[in-house]
Amino acid sequence: MPIGHYLVLSGLLFAIGTAGVFLRKNLITLLLSIEIMLNAVNLAFVAFGRQLGTNDGQIITFFVMTVAAAEAAVGLALVIALFRHRESLNPEAFTSLKW
Amino acid sequence: MASDALLFYSFAAVTVIGALLVVSQKNPVYSVLSLILSFFGLAGLYVLLEAPFVAVVQIIIYAGAIMVLFLFTVMLLNVPREDAAEWDRSHPLYRPMALRIGAVLAVLLALELGWALSRTPGLGVGVGDAHPAQSSVAELGRVLFTDYMFAFEVTSILIIASMVGAVVLARKREE
Repeated sequence: MPIGHYLVLSGLLFAIGTAGVFLRKNLITLLLSIEIMLNAVNLAFVAFGRQLGTNDGQIITFFVMTVAAAEAAVGLALVIALFRHRESLNPEAFTSLKW
Repeated sequence: MASDALLFYSFAAVTVIGALLVVSQKNPVYSVLSLILSFFGLAGLYVLLEAPFVAVVQIIIYAGAIMVLFLFTVMLLNVPREDAAEWDRSHPLYRPMALRIGAVLAVLLALELGWALSRTPGLGVGVGDAHPAQSSVAELGRVLFTDYMFAFEVTSILIIASMVGAVVLARKREE
């Protein structure tokens, strides 16, 4: 397959993830949309790595996955802490820094 | 080659449909499950790109561990569905002015991207034509533990920090 196809697919996934971040009113779905964006970038990395004949694309994919795992752990802990305070996951419920 | 294209398009379709379902479902549990579907499509694409180890890691770490963490949180919180009335009242798609400006910007961006792609040489070259496949796990491990040693060690600090952060943040405050 030409590399252009992989890049277009990657861009499409990234656009879907961005749309999710802007359109959804649920913190969990927001985090899921961020995961979609990270995976879109991973696909582009692996495709370029294959194109250039190096392993670097796959290596950086592992690092992106690690960062995604750390982000999911901290993000979900924040979501749990926020939900305890407001009984809501709507981002618009959290507008004050202190309560 | 024809079967290659068929596999690419079916995996791509699974991935994109899964991602669209994530964004369109109102129940977060279905969103998480659709994202797992999407990850399986991505894993297939990684196999097509001769990166089988990344594909396996994608399934085990992403679909197996991270998504279970999400699912666990969703079920722990007993998350309410997004309220339909709330959706109608305050959703960005129901603000006509923002919708128009956003649509113009999106069309401009798509046109620019299409123009840039059409001017970029080498996009039609097959992805694996120039170099033979390098998919050996041993080689990956060698590179990871020599050239990328520093980044690997820093990752361990990141994981420790996120672990401590998650424990501190999610803990119940004792009054």
